[in-house]
Amino acid sequence: MADFGGGDPEAFRKEVREWVEANFPPELKGRPNPMMREERAKPTEAQEAWRKAVGSKGWGTPTWPKAYGGGGLGAAEARIIQQEFGRAGAYNPIGGMGVMMFGPTLLEYGTEDQKLEHIPPICRGDVQWCQGFSEPGAGSDLAALQTRAEDKGDHFLINGQKIWTSGAQFADWCFCLVRTDTSKKHEGISFVLFTMHQPGVEVRPIKLIAGSSPFCETFFTDARAEKKNLVGPLNGGWTIAKRLLQHERGGLSGAGGGGGMGGRSLVDLAREYVGVDAQGRIADPDLRTRVVQHEIEGRSFQQTAVRAMLESKGNSGPSAATSIMKNAGTSWMQMRHELTLEIMGHQGLGWEGDAFKPEELGAVRGWLGGKAFTIYGGSQEVQSNIISKRILGLPDLTQHN
Amino acid sequence: MAVLNEEQSMLRDAAKSWTQEKSPVTAFRKMRDSGVEIGYDVNAWNEMAEMGWAGVIIPEEYGGSAFGYLSIGLILEELGRTLTASPLIASGVGAASALVLGGSDAQKSEWLPKIADGSVVGALAVDEGPHHAPEKVALAATKSGAGYSLSGTKTFVIEGLAANLLVVSARTSGKPGDKDGITLFLVPADARGVSRKRLALADSRGAANITFDKVEVDADAVLGAADKGWDVLEKTLDRVRAALAAEMLGAANQAFETTLDYLKVRVQFGQVIGSFQALQHRAAKMFTDLELARSAVEAALQAIDADSPDVPELVSLSKAKMGDVFHLVSNEMVQMHGGIGMTDAHDAGFYLKRARAAEAAFGSQSYHRDRYARINGY
Repeated sequence: MADFGGGDPEAFRKEVREWVEANFPPELKGRPNPMMREERAKPTEAQEAWRKAVGSKGWGTPTWPKAYGGGGLGAAEARIIQQEFGRAGAYNPIGGMGVMMFGPTLLEYGTEDQKLEHIPPICRGDVQWCQGFSEPGAGSDLAALQTRAEDKGDHFLINGQKIWTSGAQFADWCFCLVRTDTSKKHEGISFVLFTMHQPGVEVRPIKLIAGSSPFCETFFTDARAEKKNLVGPLNGGWTIAKRLLQHERGGLSGAGGGGGMGGRSLVDLAREYVGVDAQGRIADPDLRTRVVQHEIEGRSFQQTAVRAMLESKGNSGPSAATSIMKNAGTSWMQMRHELTLEIMGHQGLGWEGDAFKPEELGAVRGWLGGKAFTIYGGSQEVQSNIISKRILGLPDLTQHN
Repeated sequence: MAVLNEEQSMLRDAAKSWTQEKSPVTAFRKMRDSGVEIGYDVNAWNEMAEMGWAGVIIPEEYGGSAFGYLSIGLILEELGRTLTASPLIASGVGAASALVLGGSDAQKSEWLPKIADGSVVGALAVDEGPHHAPEKVALAATKSGAGYSLSGTKTFVIEGLAANLLVVSARTSGKPGDKDGITLFLVPADARGVSRKRLALADSRGAANITFDKVEVDADAVLGAADKGWDVLEKTLDRVRAALAAEMLGAANQAFETTLDYLKVRVQFGQVIGSFQALQHRAAKMFTDLELARSAVEAALQAIDADSPDVPELVSLSKAKMGDVFHLVSNEMVQMHGGIGMTDAHDAGFYLKRARAAEAAFGSQSYHRDRYARINGY
């Protein structure tokens, strides 16, 4: 299991710390993951070196099996690696859709050959993946997708359009849901993989209200997917897709639905932009109430995350509390953005320019980008449907086969 | 639900089976219909005491089992589910905590064993107006010989009519609003000069206004140190608040589950009303909120057991959050049941009334949001 002797966590921690010291380029200390930036410039030498070092150890995907390039470690060791990276101000250079959702799914559903071909490059960070799921006519109702895959013997020919393809402009490969049987809805969907670097694939970034383009439209005109890259049985892709979406949801919930909330607390911001009264209370009593309400909500969410983890460890199976996490976390995050904007007043509405501090410009962009949290990864309404139908057992009268 | 040890699991299971067999909501309805002034069934209380529930936070040397506050919270959650009325919070948590935290050996020996076996019911007499404001004590305790003379009024004393022992907050110096100058007194409820007026509240539970007319007490009636009672008072109140939040958690969960069951059986427009998405989403919201509230309630009880410095903050968090959620769920219970939810024959009205009474007791959501903010410096 572990690549250290015995099972002594402190010995492992020492090993990790020494390795990080020896391999993490000091100039990258405290710097964010370059993959998080949308305008991905060519990676620097140091960034490349760090990626190669972590990738060769498999420590970017520490719990994945060693046979496919992962670290082969347990959860405790993975946590130690995370802590030691954090301590050194080092980001995990291995990430993206391949790590968050595709890799775990392929490890469950892929053939040995598929795993051997596709997992190691993910572990090394050599290959970036994008998700070909949503279409203009198939968002919440994903199974209504229409992108066609025609069987051409040793390959499929793919024609159609995907939308909201995150990072398609940087992706090397695509895991894609395609229609292989038009006579059935859910049972006519297959899960295929193909390279983005082929003539039949065209990518167009979509500009969003926050000004950035994290998502794309992706057009397929006679794009080619090799038969060996069909994951699972023909027309059996929907089951695999559902499992992948669970991984996606888990990844989003962990970060509260949209990545960590850095920055100053609302209270600190309120002290600066709104002021305090003679007793040291936020000077606007109405705002103060809403801030404390928000703090209480956030605290109980954190407590629930802890409780869900302890319960999942202690009892059999995941805690029921996990189903609420995406909705609770995302609405909390959005409220944080709204309150930040409100606290900053006009200073919180700057689009660009030196009349505004970076933190203030970030507030606007963050607030706009945050509107997506309750839409993507299973909208708030879909999550509520899942809670009400699957957890609470309320009847499902929507069309299903 | 928190991961429980074996003792805690057993306590919870015992409470579950007792309430299901011996104290379902029909028992509450029967108590209410009987008009019994103390607001609970004495026989039920005796059974609870026999099971040791009144001694759960009392040390073994004084006749208790010292299982702690999460344990009493587990029992109260089950009692809350069926709206079981009893002085467990006022006596087994309130008076008991005050004595454990601030009592002399003599005071503990005199009162705790009887609280533990249920033969003495204790109650906290703290408020003096329509809103909980423990630092605004005005009831005066003036020196009288070697002891004190108490004069003033206490309002909305929970289980005040049934109580044998009153733990009274009085002012020995300073002015209302000062935390310094508050003294806690142990006053037998039948002391000369104490008069009690029953309050018939909407939730049918026991409460009284109590007037103190030159009530003479000895020096040994002081709980803790004179003028320095605030610390014990606040700690005691936090334990009561956390216990009450646990009871609210049970009641809110049962209110939700009863409503959910209704959504699955009531048919209108040719289908079960639980198939309507608007109701599904409201149900999902309540489920989400109940999970968040559970985390806050359990964290507060665990913090008390760990004697954490975060107790005041976590308790205010739990009372505020639980209050909001019970408020929502109790409203939705009536609304989602439609017309029948408005009938007295249905239980929805009981949960609604209980919710508001519990919200008001020992600090409303508003009080605790303000306290949470003040503790955090804003």
